[in-house]
Amino acid sequence: MLHHRLVHSRRAALRMCALVIALLLGMVLTACGSGAEDPAGGSGGDAPGAAAEAPGSPGDAPQRIVSLSPSATEILYAVGAGDQVVAVDDQSDYPQGVPTTDLSGYTPNLEAILGYQPDLVVFSDDNGDLKSGLDRVGVPYLQLPAPGDIEGAYEQFAQVGVVTGHADEAHELVGEVREQISAAIDAAGGAGEGLTYFHELDPTLYTVTSASFIGQVYSLFGLQNIADAASGAGAYPQLQPEFVVSANPDLIFLADAQAGGESPASVAQRPGWAGVTAVRDGQVHALDADITSRWGPRIGDLAQRIAQILADRPGT
Amino acid sequence: MIAAAAAVTFAVLLTATLVGASGLSPSSVLAELADALPLVHIDSGLTTQQQAILWQIRLPRVVLGALVGATLAVAGAAYQGVFRNPLADPYLLGVSSGAGLGATVMIVAGAAGAGMGSLGVPVAAFAGGIVAVAATYLLGRSVGGGRGEVVIILAGVAVAAFANAAQTFVQQRYQDSLQSVYAWLLGRLSTDGWSDVTLVLPYVAVTIAVILLFRRTLDVMSVGDVEAASLGIRPARVRLLLVAVATLGTAAVVSVSGLIGFVGIVVPHAVRLVVGPGHRLLLPLSVLAGASFLVLADVVARTIMSPAELPIGVVTAAIGAPFFLVVLRRGTGMQ
Repeated sequence: MLHHRLVHSRRAALRMCALVIALLLGMVLTACGSGAEDPAGGSGGDAPGAAAEAPGSPGDAPQRIVSLSPSATEILYAVGAGDQVVAVDDQSDYPQGVPTTDLSGYTPNLEAILGYQPDLVVFSDDNGDLKSGLDRVGVPYLQLPAPGDIEGAYEQFAQVGVVTGHADEAHELVGEVREQISAAIDAAGGAGEGLTYFHELDPTLYTVTSASFIGQVYSLFGLQNIADAASGAGAYPQLQPEFVVSANPDLIFLADAQAGGESPASVAQRPGWAGVTAVRDGQVHALDADITSRWGPRIGDLAQRIAQILADRPGT
Repeated sequence: MIAAAAAVTFAVLLTATLVGASGLSPSSVLAELADALPLVHIDSGLTTQQQAILWQIRLPRVVLGALVGATLAVAGAAYQGVFRNPLADPYLLGVSSGAGLGATVMIVAGAAGAGMGSLGVPVAAFAGGIVAVAATYLLGRSVGGGRGEVVIILAGVAVAAFANAAQTFVQQRYQDSLQSVYAWLLGRLSTDGWSDVTLVLPYVAVTIAVILLFRRTLDVMSVGDVEAASLGIRPARVRLLLVAVATLGTAAVVSVSGLIGFVGIVVPHAVRLVVGPGHRLLLPLSVLAGASFLVLADVVARTIMSPAELPIGVVTAAIGAPFFLVVLRRGTGMQ
């Protein structure tokens, strides 16, 4: 599981220590959780190659962090490291007032990143050989890839906390989000048990299966994903329209309902969709695309939103 | 010959209508289709929902596949005849790159809240395709100084490269639409019910009709421009007209289906290997074979990863290439 690469740097040993500490902390936190299983599974698989080190004292914590991932940005601010962030990428827009720049996480430009003189770079995907570039110039980094499950997200909160010198706040944050999610599950009161749903990523019917991070959140409520029939095509398959209609989901969630996007009305007008249970019962719901696509501290908000939808459903 | 091919195409379309991800039994689908015939009354036993799946989702998709395949194949055959170049295909003059640019701009604008509804992307793709080919033609004429087709083709290469660069640039700037753009570029027989079919039908009809009208003229022109001119044909005008209608049809079908490769080049060649190079048979058979080929490819796209989709552009290339090599081998053996 753990790919440990040889880091060519004077402080390689220290960094390995930091990695071990961060991982241990993740495990400890996970173990404190509600009977959690081994978090190392899931599609988020690899342990992040955290080349960043845990600060020896609060004064040593990185003070010029550059974040290239909207999820990472949200986590950084949520653990209280916001004051140490100098620049975030063009997709990061939450919380309000983050220092958004034209840096890109998809096509990272090493020179532009180094222009901010970062002492820590946080990113999710190693696009454009970013990692080896940062290695070459000796800038510490922390990679936070999309986790396979919620526990994986909690681990990342903890990691960010350790690396930025906010381990305690991160620990609290994990507790809060856990609390929020279990409260949401209680509020739903089993209303989702056995209901089927379809989570729409875009109008061409790209979706998620239960194996995805977001699919896991739905599973907490006992919801059944119609896309699981297509899990042979990965965690993010594109479903055929006739299958979605014949699977007849009880609920449809739209993650493509931003301005100019889809809406319950536009879904009802699709050929053959008018008779789908979710459309007939008015159970087509627009979700905030940012909240559904990021694995940050707002997972709890998503869980609450789902709970609200289930609780408001007639006949529950 | 043509009647037999038409029967095969009909059989392919019918078979494709029986196959799908929603588990309707083929016999009840057949009964439902027969029930729609005048004076026939059969109870298919399908629910209202299942009938909607058949009539509003599956059948339009099959019909759209037939229209797109027929148009790409006949446009490819026309291009090959006009440019006297066996490697010409309908995308030669930049229509696909232009359409890709138009579609990408509109998808991105839509994500940013342009809100032109579901018509926005096809209209933008269509316009982009037409503009790109017009630019190719005008550039080719202005720099070519009457040096004919080669310069036009090279101008097409330049225009396509430029449009691709612009398309990539736009795509990189707006990462959140990346998946939608990518999916469009790979091609998908859009399933907007009958609206896509009615949208492209006039263009498809005009394109096929005009190209078929000129099938004998193309045969004469293949002998040589001087001989054609002596029979009262004006080759330059015929070429311009045929390129214009082939482009129009291609831009129309690409605007609803995305970029589906390989059909415009493989199908005419496969037909040629069977019936020879004469346009009189080649063009109508390309229409029928193109329709069959793309509908079959879509059946594969719908079944191989069912209930997920496989992009049809992947299928046309994956089944088209080996099939083509087999035909080539048999064809060369026959001569």
